[in-house]
Amino acid sequence: MAEILIPKIAPPAGGAARPKAGAPLIEIENLSLYYGAAKALKSISLKLEEKIVTAFIGPSGCGKSTLLRCLNRMNDLIDNVRIDGAIRIGGHDIYDANVDVIELRKRVGMVFQKSNPFPKSIYENVAYGLRLHGVKKKAELDEAVEKSLQQSALWDEVKDRLNASALGLSGGQQQRLCIARAIAIRPEIILMDEPASALDPIATTRVEELILELKKDFTIVIVTHNMQQAARISDQTAFFYIGELVEFDNTAKIFTNPAKKQTEDYVTGRFG
Amino acid sequence: MENHFETGLDALRQKILLMASRAETSVNQAVQALVQRDHDLAVKVREDDNIIDQYEVDIDEMAIVLLTKAPLASNLRLVTVAMKVSQNLERIGDEATKIAKRARDLAQEPPVKMNLDINRMANLALAMVKDALDAFVHRDPTAARAIVPRDKEVDALNKEIHHLLAQHMMANPDTIARCLHWIVAIKSLERIADHAKNIAEEVVYLYEAQDIRHTLKN
Repeated sequence: MAEILIPKIAPPAGGAARPKAGAPLIEIENLSLYYGAAKALKSISLKLEEKIVTAFIGPSGCGKSTLLRCLNRMNDLIDNVRIDGAIRIGGHDIYDANVDVIELRKRVGMVFQKSNPFPKSIYENVAYGLRLHGVKKKAELDEAVEKSLQQSALWDEVKDRLNASALGLSGGQQQRLCIARAIAIRPEIILMDEPASALDPIATTRVEELILELKKDFTIVIVTHNMQQAARISDQTAFFYIGELVEFDNTAKIFTNPAKKQTEDYVTGRFG
Repeated sequence: MENHFETGLDALRQKILLMASRAETSVNQAVQALVQRDHDLAVKVREDDNIIDQYEVDIDEMAIVLLTKAPLASNLRLVTVAMKVSQNLERIGDEATKIAKRARDLAQEPPVKMNLDINRMANLALAMVKDALDAFVHRDPTAARAIVPRDKEVDALNKEIHHLLAQHMMANPDTIARCLHWIVAIKSLERIADHAKNIAEEVVYLYEAQDIRHTLKN
């Protein structure tokens, strides 16, 4: 594993920077990413507004998960990764040498394909990030845990067994617990990498409904292979193919009248 | 937790009902303009038709977006039926404007001295529209099935009035132009009943998943 670059410099004064009214929260500009000599992302430019759901779609190997991981610098964890271009969140370049990556990942949370609760109690899973960020008062932790579990639509199912192991929950519940854990530290942005691909249709529906609720408070970027899922939950969709952004538009437009034939062929299942 | 897809379906249902209400109003006003020789009301009905047209466009747009979300079973039927119902309502609106156009022209001519039971035919056609929409709202395919044969009654009245008008024209050639206006208006009422029957058949498909179109040939 590569050494993680974590400059210990405070984020901009005033805490999490807010975009100016009407300005995009996330700006990706001419972003290229190389794994060694292989160019995995080719000059991607995208602007994402706050409190909407954006779906990244495309066949395996198109770069959508790579781009997602760029948004909270998860690719720093991989050897031989080099990045050109810029990603700005709230107007600040997240690849600037002064950025505190820990702070960045607090602002940009992530939920993975496979639910990965810690082998701890339900309560401790949600409280973990808060404790890590210095919250010690029990009343404060209790309040944050309940709020996060409420927001992730899990509270009613677990409120009587908060001290039970998280590993005893069903797959769908575990994934919602991971979402609760991600939102407990109040990020601005939540990245989701195929969060429902390992779930049955009922659990998938619950996660999808949850995402639609969460966008009232958070900006969400989701990678999905499920076209209908992208259509159901996202406001905007970006289609990638072999490292290039082929098309980015409102989701209804992408799924009813895409500008590029390649996009139509992919969303209708003709290739990919 | 709110079910966002259901919310979308509810919005679609609501839009259909608003459109139906608008279409019923247009037919009522068109018949009123025809019977009462109300020129201004006839002009208003024609002007208001674009409101119904816009409903059809909006409903299609909502339905297409819902279809991209891969609805299944009864939800899929609802979305496709909504598009067909809105198309039939739009055509009911078109028939109302045709009646209104004839009403406008007839209002500027001397009345034809005939005792035509227009109100009865209009009431039958409008009741079919209303009952088809009630069956849609109350999820009642049995009521919807009962609407289908009522179309024959309207067809029979159309033939009867058409025959009376033809006789009148032969006896009074100076009324031919005005009687032709009446024939067109009566035919529009008959078409409105046809569209109500179509809606009723779609309601049966929606709630029973059975296609009864073209199965009860006259």
